[in-house]
Order: sequence, then structure tokens, then C-alpha cells
Amino acid sequence: MRAVCFFFGSLIFGVCIWQAVVTLTGVPRFILPSPTLVVQTLWKSRALISEHALITFGEVLSGLVLGTALGAISAIALSASRNARDLLKPILVFSQAVPVFALAPLLTLWFGYGIWSKIVMALLIIYFPVTSAFLDALMRTPRGWLDLAKVMGGSSRRILWLIRIPAALPGLASGVRLAAVYAPIGAIIGEWVGASRGLGYLMLLANGRAKTDLMFAALIVLAVFTIVLHFLVDRLATKYLDRPD
Amino acid sequence: MSDVHAIAPGLYLSGNAYIEQVMIFEDLTLQIASGEWHCLLGASGVGKSTVLRLFAGLNEGIKFGGTLSASDGFPFSNRVTFMAQNDLLLPWLNARENVLLGTRLRGQVTNQFEADTVLEKVGLADHRLKKPSQLSGGQRQRVALARTLIEERPIVLLDEPFSALDAKTRSQMQELAVDLLKGKTVLLVTHDPAEASRLGQAISIMSSSKLEKFLPPVGIIPRGLSDPETLSAQGSLLRILRGTE
Repeated sequence: MRAVCFFFGSLIFGVCIWQAVVTLTGVPRFILPSPTLVVQTLWKSRALISEHALITFGEVLSGLVLGTALGAISAIALSASRNARDLLKPILVFSQAVPVFALAPLLTLWFGYGIWSKIVMALLIIYFPVTSAFLDALMRTPRGWLDLAKVMGGSSRRILWLIRIPAALPGLASGVRLAAVYAPIGAIIGEWVGASRGLGYLMLLANGRAKTDLMFAALIVLAVFTIVLHFLVDRLATKYLDRPD
Repeated sequence: MSDVHAIAPGLYLSGNAYIEQVMIFEDLTLQIASGEWHCLLGASGVGKSTVLRLFAGLNEGIKFGGTLSASDGFPFSNRVTFMAQNDLLLPWLNARENVLLGTRLRGQVTNQFEADTVLEKVGLADHRLKKPSQLSGGQRQRVALARTLIEERPIVLLDEPFSALDAKTRSQMQELAVDLLKGKTVLLVTHDPAEASRLGQAISIMSSSKLEKFLPPVGIIPRGLSDPETLSAQGSLLRILRGTE
């Protein structure tokens, strides 16, 4: 309750400062629109914004689900085979050395202007954190459990499914929490580079036409979506992946 | 399991062990009679656990040169089970599922009735659906004992399984273990002279240089806590450990 109060308190404080800056400095609205103007635009353009927002939300959620699934499967495959680890880990690390943003034009070229290039962008951006967090956890199964399983006569496949994977789920949870924050970034970058729909596209369009208030409105929708997504993913991860002790 | 495997064999170990070029023990000979509780007493770091790991087949990283055999000439595999200081319960499984872990790891059909019977034997009939986090330290170690019992293996290796328990629970667990592990060959690794003098039908004292036999007090195990002979043996063992006798 205290945290919620402080959250809204700091929000109201921030908005007040924003309004004060605009009122006191008389900065033109195309440079910095006032919060009241942004709220008015948000309400007036709600149909336009929701149409584009739904596209972006769809891209983010698809990228999140696919990226998490692919990351989890890769981590399990890598944990099961030392050869696969030795072969693929350098590639994984190298892939992180290439800024994903630089790949965006290429992805648009390969996957077109539709939603797929954005989904792939979101997927690429979250694949590494998910794989890396889950793989780390899979490689750190407490030795005592593995010793016990070995003495009991468990096969490595069963030890993986019954002990190592369940034991590593909190690691997957950390990866998914990070992914929920990164996925919208991927989708927006994808939309900036080439799109005809989505919040990123709307922001660029609004910016180009000096409709800064519309850009802020789209930005607020995106920020609220990201916060809600992060909160929901955090709750789900805590409920289904984390352990109480 | 064939009859010949159900009879508890004696154990024999003789040789040297190294871990990463460091000598753990040299020219050590340990003989454990069929069906006896053999206490291996020693300070921390003298290599007691290495002896236990060799018998358990957990020899990864240990360079062992010598003989390791059972008195009936059959191999150890599938005839050994062990309990550690840490109960090694999987926190995401309830007590019954933890007891059935070995069966599931081997891909055999699980028998819940059997698991419940064993849990009843250790006095946890009402706790079979509880997760480890809902159990006390003593109850958790009882589940671990039930998990050891259901394996029905003739050789039981105990690596200080009672040392993390409070004094009252420890003495109760010692009595329960002696009662339920009747007829099995038990190697109990401990650093506690009181435990060795209470439970050992044979006692070996391990130091960095040698293995020394100690004549255990008379009387059936578990010996009385305040039995003068037990207390006197405890004193002698402590003096030997401290190197004053």
C-alpha cells in the first residue's frame, strides 16, 4: 500500500514539475507540450492511438512468447550437451557484440514491413538474456541433488527433466522478467526502421509533423503498457517459476 | 531385485586417493562387516567423505588406486543409497513425491501406497502432502530417511545425516534410523564422538595419516545416552581426536 502511494505520489510530483516548466518558461508546444494538452490529445486521438497500439502490443507479446520459448529450448539443449555449449557459446557471445539495432534495416529487408520484422527484432533482443539466465541456472544444480540422483540410478535425461530443469526455473524467471522490459524496445526500433503501423510508426509520423503532443501521448501509452507487462510477467514468474524458499 | 542383492554384503576398501594431485589418504584399509553399523569418525577435512563417495560410486574427480569391493563379489551399483547432512529434498515436490524420487528417476511405476507406508513408518503419515518448506528440520530428515528406506538397498551410506539437528531430534532420529535400517550394512561418517559411541558396532578413527580401530562399548545400538560405558567411550574418542591419548 505504501509503495502504491509513493508510486502515485512521485507520478503526480513529476507531472506537476512538467506543467510548471511549460507554464513558467512558455516553451512552444511543438517542443514540449503541457501534460494537460497531452491528455487532451490522448483522449481525442484514442481511436488512432489504440489502432496502432494494438499492433505494437501484438508484436511485443508474440516476440516475448517466441523469444522466451526459443531461449528456454536453446538453454536446455546447451545444458544437455557439452559439445553444443562449446560450439555455440562463442557464437552467442559474438551475436551480442553486434548491436541489435544495427540489424533492424536488415530484418526489415528479410521479413518485410509487416509485423514479422518487429517480432523477430523483439525476439532477438530478448533471446540472449533468457538463454543466458536459464543456462546459468541449469549449470548450477546443487551438487548434492545430482549425487543423489546418480546413486538412485537416474538417467541423465530423467535427471534433466526431474531435477535440473525444475531447479533452474527461478533462473528462467529472471530472464523472462528482463525480457518483458526489453521486448517493447525491440518492437519500437523495428517500427522506426520500417513500418506502416504501430506506436513506433505513429511517433515518427507525429514527430515529422511537429505533433509533439501526439508523440507524447503514444509514448505514454507505450510506457504504461511496458509497466503493466512487466508487472504481469513478474507476477506470473513469481507464481509459476519461482520457489518460496 | 534378486535375493543375493537383498542380503547386506560386507564392504572393503584399500588403497590411495588423490583429488587434483593432493593426497587425500594413502595405504588406507577399511573393512566393514556384513550388516553392521560402522562409524568412521574424524575431524573435518581428513577424507571421510571421500571414502563414502568412493563406496557410493561418486568418484568423479577422485583418483583412486586400490581395491573397492563387496564381500559377495557383486558390484556396488544399484545396491547403495545415501543420506547426507543436507536432507537434499527437492523443494518443489511434496514429501510423498520426494520419497518416490528414485522410482521416477529410474522410470519405474510409482507406488503411492508404498510411499505412504514408509512415511508412516517414520511418523509422517499426516505430512505426506506437505512441501519441505512446511516441515521442520527433523521432519525433513525423516522424509530423507523414508526416501532412503523405500530404495530397499542393502548398503546405506550416511554422511553426518543427524549433525544439523537439535540434540533432542538428533537422538530420536538416531534411534529411528537404527530401528529402520536393521539388517543393512551401514557406513556412518561422523565427526561427533558421542554419535560414534552411541551407534557404532565398529568404530574407525580417521586422521590425516592413518586409520585406527577403536573397540566400541558393549551393548546393542542405539546405546543409552547416559550409559557410563557410552560416555566413557565418548571421552576416549574425543581424547584420541584431540591427539592427547
